[in-house]
Formats: sequence, C-alpha cells, structure tokens
Amino acid sequence: MDLQIALLLGQDGVTNGAVYALLALALVLVFAVTRVIFIPQGEFVAFGALTLASLQAGKLPGTLWLLLGMGIAVALIEIAISVRDRHLQRIPSIALLNVGVPLVLAGALFVVSPATLPLPVQVVLSLMMVVPLGPMIYRLAFQPIAEASVLVLLIVSVAVHVTLIGLGLFFFGAEGSRTPAFTDMSFEIGDALLQGQTVLVVVASVVLIGALFFFFERTIYGKALRATAMNRTGARLMGISATVAGKLSFTLAALIGAFSGVLISPITTVYYDSGFLIGLKGFVGAIIGGLASYPVAAAGAILVGLLESYSSFWASAFKEVIVFTLIIPVLLWRSLNTRHVEEE
Amino acid sequence: MKIKAVIAALFAAATGSASVAYADINVGVTLSATGPAASLGIPEKNTFPLMPTTIGGQKINYIVLDDASDTTTAVKNTKKLIAENKVDVIIGSTITPNSLAMVDVAAEAETPMIAMAASARIVDPMDAKRHWVFKTPQNDAQMAIAIVEHMTSNNVKTVAYIGFSDAYGEGWWNEFQKIAEARKLNIVANERFNRADTSVTGQVLKILSAKPDAVLVGGAGTPAALPQKSLKEKGYKGIMYQTHGVANADFLRVCGKDCEGTVLPAGPVLVAAQLPDSNPVKKAALEYVTKYETANGKGSVSTFGAHAWDAGKLLANAVPEALKKAQPGSKEFRKALRDALEGTKNLTGAHGVFNMSPQDHLGFDQRARVMVKIEGGNWKYVQ
Repeated sequence: MDLQIALLLGQDGVTNGAVYALLALALVLVFAVTRVIFIPQGEFVAFGALTLASLQAGKLPGTLWLLLGMGIAVALIEIAISVRDRHLQRIPSIALLNVGVPLVLAGALFVVSPATLPLPVQVVLSLMMVVPLGPMIYRLAFQPIAEASVLVLLIVSVAVHVTLIGLGLFFFGAEGSRTPAFTDMSFEIGDALLQGQTVLVVVASVVLIGALFFFFERTIYGKALRATAMNRTGARLMGISATVAGKLSFTLAALIGAFSGVLISPITTVYYDSGFLIGLKGFVGAIIGGLASYPVAAAGAILVGLLESYSSFWASAFKEVIVFTLIIPVLLWRSLNTRHVEEE
Repeated sequence: MKIKAVIAALFAAATGSASVAYADINVGVTLSATGPAASLGIPEKNTFPLMPTTIGGQKINYIVLDDASDTTTAVKNTKKLIAENKVDVIIGSTITPNSLAMVDVAAEAETPMIAMAASARIVDPMDAKRHWVFKTPQNDAQMAIAIVEHMTSNNVKTVAYIGFSDAYGEGWWNEFQKIAEARKLNIVANERFNRADTSVTGQVLKILSAKPDAVLVGGAGTPAALPQKSLKEKGYKGIMYQTHGVANADFLRVCGKDCEGTVLPAGPVLVAAQLPDSNPVKKAALEYVTKYETANGKGSVSTFGAHAWDAGKLLANAVPEALKKAQPGSKEFRKALRDALEGTKNLTGAHGVFNMSPQDHLGFDQRARVMVKIEGGNWKYVQ
C-alpha cells in the first residue's frame, strides 16, 4: 500500500463516514428524546434517494401515495379525537396539513413533468414527499405507546422497518437506481483525484451538523428538545409537550435520512433495502457515542467509515465482520467505564 | 337448522371442488418474488400466467407461492404444497440455497422437482435424492468455460476476480479458478463485496495495483455494476467480464456508458432476435420473448423468466407421457412424470436444447450459451 492508495482509501472512508455520522446523529437524537431505537432510519435514506431517482425518470414516486395514505390515516385519527373532545375548530387545520398539502403536491406533480425540472427543485420535491413521513410515523406508530418500555418501542420500531422495506419493494421494484452527480468537478491533490461529489457529501454533512448545533443551542425548539432528552417529566412540567418533541425529533430524523439519501445516490446504486445496512453502520457510530453524545457518535461513525474502507482493501471478504465486531470492544469498554443506571 | 344446512352445503361444495381438483394436475411453484433475489423471481412469477393451462387434455393448476429469498420459507412452502395442495410436481426455487434445501423434502415425498437456480450442485453428484430433481438454468461451469475461452483467445494473461461475498460469488470463484488454472491463466487478485455495499474503492484499488489484463465481476443484477463503475472511474483500461447473472435491462440502465464493451456469457434468449436463423434455439426463444413482452410491455423480458418458461416446456413435454401410465394425484403419476422428465430428448427451450439422462438432469450442451457484448447500451451477439 503506497501513499496514494492510503489517501484514496482515507477519502472514501471519510465520505462514507460523513453519511454514517449524519445517521448516527439522527439515531442519538430520536433515542434521547423518545427512547425509540429508530431502526427505520435507513429507510429514509433509501426513500429519499429512490424518490429523487423516480422523479428524474419522469415517474410519480410511490412515496407520494404513501404520504397521501398516511396523511389521511393521521387526519382521520386526529379528527376523531377533535370530535370527541369537541374541539371542532381544529378540524380544518388538521385536514389541510395532513391531506391538503400532499394533495397539492400530487396535483403539482401531475401538472408539470418532474423530469424536466432543475435538479435543486427535484431535490426539494423529494424531501417534501419523504420528510413528512417522519412525524406521521411517529403519530401512527409511536405516539400511542410513548410511555411504553424501551423494549416495546424497539419491537414496534422493527415492525415499522419491515413494513417500510416491503412498501419500498412495492414502490420502487427490486432493482436499484442511481441519480446523476450534482457536480462533475474534480480536483487533483498530489496524485489523488478528488471527485467533486465526494467533497460535496463531506461539506453538506458538515453544514448540516453545524445547522443542527445551531438549532440545539440557539433556538427555543432545539432547547425544548434538549430539555426533553435530559428529563422528560421535568420538561413536561415546564410546559414542553412530549408529543411535539417526539414529532419534531422524527421530522429531523427523516430530514437527515432523506438528505443523506439524496447525497449518496450519485455515488452508489441505491436499492429499496440499501438503507438498512447504512443505518446499521450509523447505529454502530451511535453506540460508540453511548446513544447519548453527539460529538462522540459522529466521530465513531467516521471511524466506522475509515475502518470499512481500509478493511475492504486488506480483507474484502471480512469487511462487514470487522466493522460490526468493532461494537464488542466498544460495548465492553463502555460497560466497564460507566455506572449502570436502572431505567425508571 | 339453517346454519347447519349452510355448513353442510359449504362442506359439500368444498369436498366437491376438491375431488374435481384431484383430477387436475397441480403444479406447485415456490419462487423468490421478494427479498434479495426479487429481480430474478419477479420475471419468473410473471412467466407462469403465460404457460399452458391444459396439457394432454388435462387442466393444469399453477399454485405460486413466494419464499422471500429465504431458505426456511422455501422449505415450508414445499411442505405445504405437497401436504395441502397434493401437487404432482414442484417448480422452484429461484436461488441455489433455497433449491438445495428443497431437494430433501421433494425426494422424501417422491415428488419430482424442477429448480430454476443455477448451481450444478442441485443435480450433481447424482444420488438417490437428486434422482427426483431437475433444473433448467445453465451450470456455472458451462458459463465459466465460455469466459475463459474468450479470455485466452483475446490474449488475456493475468486476470482479477471480484465477486459477491455469498454463495453466488463463491460458486463462481470455485468454477472460474479451476478452469482458469487449467488454461494457464494467472489470477492476480481475488476480492469480495456485498450486494448492499455503497463503495468498493478498497477492492478496486487492490485490483488496480495488481495490473490485470482483464477483470471478472462475479455478481448478479444491478449490484454487479458498482465494481465496474468504480474501476472505470479510477481509469481501468482492460477488458471487463460479467456473468450471466447481470443479463437484464436494469443492469444496462444502472451501469450506463461505463459498461460499454463488457463481455459476458448468457442464455441465447437474451439476444434471441440477433441469432442466426440456423440456430435451433432461435424460434423457441423468440416465442417466449414475444409472449412475455406482449403481456408485460416492450423491453421487459429477462433471461431469468425464461428458466421458468423452460420448466413449463419440460412439463408440457413430459406430462402426456406420464398420463399414459397413471392418473394425476397418485404416487404412480409422480413417478411416471419423473421418468418422463428424465427421458426428455431434443426438447428445444428458450435457453437451449434439453437432452436428459439418468446422470444428467439438466441436459444442456454448448447450444445453451452465447457470448454477448454490451454495445451502445444494448446486448450484442458475438459470433
């Protein structure tokens, strides 16, 4: 292995690691606020990428129907609750938000042919279709059992994952897709060729992480999320709604996932079930951070990316084994170093 | 009283229809329409509605189940088909691990089985269990020989291999390594990657540093495009080989211009229209292509569905023979059907010409493969 190969592998590792880092942050966020180990995180990656690919192929993505279906389900439940509690004035806003907006989106896609739109507009449209699925999933699957134990939440999380994988196969078919690169630029650094797209992935990840930092430190909603993560009961006594916090964290997780999908789809072929493995590697990163620390989780995810890249060079047949075995010493070290606190 | 009467009527109807079903021939199918092998299983599933509904005057019922590319489910489906549906023959499954696991079940119930999976191990070595098992796809070894021949005639001295880290990639590696060594090809790198990998940079760099004249990618479907795209991106100039596992339109769509000039062996059905009229397979292959595309749209055909079609062809040929000896639904009929399948001679399917024997339950010769090159985003038949 000479220096050039080492540099190329490092670059590859950091690029993948940046995406894993984003997912690790989303996992930590969701777990801290709602105690859900969010296994379907990876599905948002696949849905984001494949929705964009469908738009570019000039097809109406299946996620649109999913959005409409889930929107109607959420609206029906919320309206039933409003009627029961005699809050009839809420009904129009519920219907508008959950059914009206997806309908407008669907109408817009029927009128203009999505393949002819410029790339940034396609990206925004894909995000608009995938991101609302986050809070809707929270409303349908997790809000009714928000007070259940971590294990029950995990089981529901697995169920949501399996459901979304099945829907993914139904919507997008078994074959993968790739989207064209955002930029064809490339730079020479020494002997190594640096692709513009990989730089873009790293830069976009850093910007998104910076934005999240700003959100948590400087905005009232971010602070509310942090408060909920620290002490749910205390936060509720201070007037922070656990439901709003949960929905907000799922929205962010969906946004991060779908955005990661859009970022990686020009680098690799994405399949309906690709998201799971990507999410799992983010999860290894999150575990390194103890599902609590954002910076350690991000660093852990970068480490996973680098380890994966170098082990694919040395022993490609054992790459996954090496990456997932990493979790054992980390768990050992964490369990020896931290005092175990019984769950409430 | 009324409810009892209804139940009695229902019961009578149920047993009545069951006794009718006994006179029909029941064909049990388990295939991988979902899960990792879905891109192979879906065209197979679409092929069954195109098959004949009567053979030799007998009605044929196709009972198609999905095994989700999962071995346990495939075995469960097979048991269910045998015990509940009383099938006379099993077709399936799509992939090798599933088919191997089903061999025991089919042999125990003395039910003939026709696999649509590629590995030679399904029918070889012949023993008391495989006595009941047949298969329609070409053996990997046949395809590997074709690749190695193409390599040696194109002055390839050193070659690198990168394959799936599963049964498919390992199987190809074993066949390819054996044949390549016999023909004095020097294998300079042997790498693995996962179907779901997002990057193969490490493997590709290692291959590049070994400077091979040619690279063989042992993968199936669109995931096989990833190493090839990475190699092109890093400036590899040698000849690229793929296996017949990539022979569908989605591979061309995903790989795009990076796959220009790639060479692969495939069943003749892939380039049916380009075959010379003298080719015995051309007519049968075109028949399938036309039927499939009429039902599923132009350009939708893939070679995988044709394996299911050939299984149907084998049945259509064997059933009239078996009907002479016994009635469907009986043990004697299943045995007669097995004997008739083994006696298949000069039957032209979409993938080649079947000549079965007690030792060879595939029965293909070199007419079952052609070399194909990707040119201008299309499959091009190479003489």
